[in-house]
Amino acid sequence: MAKTTMKRPSEGEGAEEIRQAGSESGGNKGTISRREMLQALAAAGGAALIGSSTEAFADGKFSGWPDRRGMLTDLTECVGCRTCEKACNQANKLPEPSVPFDEKSVFEQKRRPTASAYTVVNRYSELKSPVSPMYRKVQCNHCNEPSCASACPVNAYKKTPEGSVLYNADVCFGCRYCMVACPFYVPAYDYDSALQPKIVKCTLCYGRIIKGGIPACAEACPSGAVTFGKRSDLIKLARNKIQKNSKRYLEHIYGEYEVGGTSWLYISGVPFEQMDFPAALPEKPLVEQTKGFLSAVPLVLTMWPALLTMCYAATRNKEGKE
Amino acid sequence: MNDENIAKAESFPARFTDKLLMGMSWAEYSKKLITPFNIVAMIILCVGFPLIGLRFWKGLAAVTHASNEYPWSILLGWGLFAGVPLSGTGYVMATAVYILGYKKYHPMVRLGVLTGFMGYLFAVIYLLIDIGRPWRIYYPMAVSFGPTSVLFLVAWHVATYLTVQLLEFSPAILEWLRSRRVRKWAVMLTIGMTIAGVILSTLHQSALGAMFLLAPGKVHPLWYSTFVPVFNFISSIFGGLCMVIAVSTVCARWLRERADATFLTSLDPLTVGLGKAASIVMFVYFLLKMIGVAHDDNWALLATGYGYWFMLEILAFVLVPMIVLFMGVKKNSARIVRFGAFHAIAGIILNRLNLSIITFNWNLPNHFHDIVPPPKEALIVLSIITFHILLFRWILNRMPVLREDPDYPEEHH
Repeated sequence: MAKTTMKRPSEGEGAEEIRQAGSESGGNKGTISRREMLQALAAAGGAALIGSSTEAFADGKFSGWPDRRGMLTDLTECVGCRTCEKACNQANKLPEPSVPFDEKSVFEQKRRPTASAYTVVNRYSELKSPVSPMYRKVQCNHCNEPSCASACPVNAYKKTPEGSVLYNADVCFGCRYCMVACPFYVPAYDYDSALQPKIVKCTLCYGRIIKGGIPACAEACPSGAVTFGKRSDLIKLARNKIQKNSKRYLEHIYGEYEVGGTSWLYISGVPFEQMDFPAALPEKPLVEQTKGFLSAVPLVLTMWPALLTMCYAATRNKEGKE
Repeated sequence: MNDENIAKAESFPARFTDKLLMGMSWAEYSKKLITPFNIVAMIILCVGFPLIGLRFWKGLAAVTHASNEYPWSILLGWGLFAGVPLSGTGYVMATAVYILGYKKYHPMVRLGVLTGFMGYLFAVIYLLIDIGRPWRIYYPMAVSFGPTSVLFLVAWHVATYLTVQLLEFSPAILEWLRSRRVRKWAVMLTIGMTIAGVILSTLHQSALGAMFLLAPGKVHPLWYSTFVPVFNFISSIFGGLCMVIAVSTVCARWLRERADATFLTSLDPLTVGLGKAASIVMFVYFLLKMIGVAHDDNWALLATGYGYWFMLEILAFVLVPMIVLFMGVKKNSARIVRFGAFHAIAGIILNRLNLSIITFNWNLPNHFHDIVPPPKEALIVLSIITFHILLFRWILNRMPVLREDPDYPEEHH
């Protein structure tokens, strides 16, 4: 509180009140008790806080937690070694796959994250690109405003200030609407479980990053294709890379604006849709698409009873109507 | 006095059994059950129900495609997304009779309410088989709230509306059980429950369309429209009307002895009347669908494969049944109206399957391979449909739905 006052002595009435309250509380027997003073402080401080940040939290203007982390995948650097898949599997104690991680034949098919793999790497050998073949690592993109979270009827998803989008199996009843809603086809479901199925997806190694560590895949990557950091720093890094080597990269950071921005960012030398990235996604978070409908709900709830009662009143005494 | 009480206590189970067996003895009743229809139904249930057991023993993977790209299969595409609009029967009939005062449709109200109630009940049954942990189905209502989700709204509404419809239908159950005093209370709720039913139906019928607004890249643009909630609501109105025509047709044919003269004699004129209403609503729906294409400027897409499919749906399954219904009304022919109604119902099923399954993920490779349901899943659906019909018949055989109980003459609300 004090800090706020010091920093912004002239900002609004809140600060004035705090100083006044402060001076009056000097005398123990003053008209304002200690508790009252604290309340005033809290109220004024709260007002100042909310006042200065309303803009940031206002509808459609929330640009995400400021210090959220992210990842930058440089698709031109990935060599398809699958070390990240292995590291992820071990870090998250996932079941051992039937095909070992150094097996390259898996590239013959396009794969996607499953109930036993948070991340997979796919190969694109038929593209016209400066680097060939190209590889793409697929995993949860940790959207700024995740549509899985807006889809979930039991609020099982959470976007943490650290950047991770986390899923809580304890409240999930397995409707799978999140899988329908995810524009990146990420959440996987363990259909094989009869009674305890759950959604499975990457957590951005939440357990590691809150302890100051870095996600297993980024730590393991030998080619520097995956970089972990603050999302705002990663955007600067991506811009720098593109600027320094405009022949190697396209001028597009995938994830900077797509569906309201994602924590995971990508730069590439070939158009992203050629590597199966969903193209033409809206720049607004997908939750915007259902807002119009949901805002009409209270209208129906209040207008319908009135209108229908009127109809009933108007017709109740008419007999033999056709 | 004591003896009297004992006699009463003894007689209640006896009377109840008598009601269940429709006045027959066990031997008579079981003998009457052996019909070709029942034998076929039994065979289907004997195959389908163990497969439902398999789902709870080995997981959904054992009976469905279990695809991460296609989280919803026909269990929900058919059971929920197509089943709910066709269960709009309750709210359209109750609104027509109790709110708008079309009292001559009174003989069909209970049938409409029962069809609706059963439709929702079975939508929930399909859901319980499909969702991962069905015993948590009340979580959105009590444990963890996700109010940004359209599905949250659907969950609340389907649960509430199921209760509302049970209350709406309860007079029939109470008449069957001869519970005069409770029935009086239940009848008093009629208007309130009808209004609640319209509100809930407006919102969740449209919400079932709005759910797909969250997947703009996945649903084909011709079906992905900002108007989709309105499309779904409007089509549930004529869906409900046409289902009443269809169900009453089937009942008048195979359960004729359960209907009274009022029902049977008024059936044809009422069918034509319902057909008239349905064709008008279908016309509105058809225009809205056209406006939907114009609004998103999707005309160019009509010349693609999915465009032809879209036009087939709109022309052959909306415009044509609408014209058939209209012809039936013009010629005052209940027969033609019935053809139109069955056709329109097929159109609604096609539309909901298009939205939830057939055009969902239209741009993924191998799309058509992944949307064909595996035989086991199809058998599960078939067995639930069979069970649905059997339970429906069970109720119609016992409770005063197609007839008025002489002890409880119609009261004006």
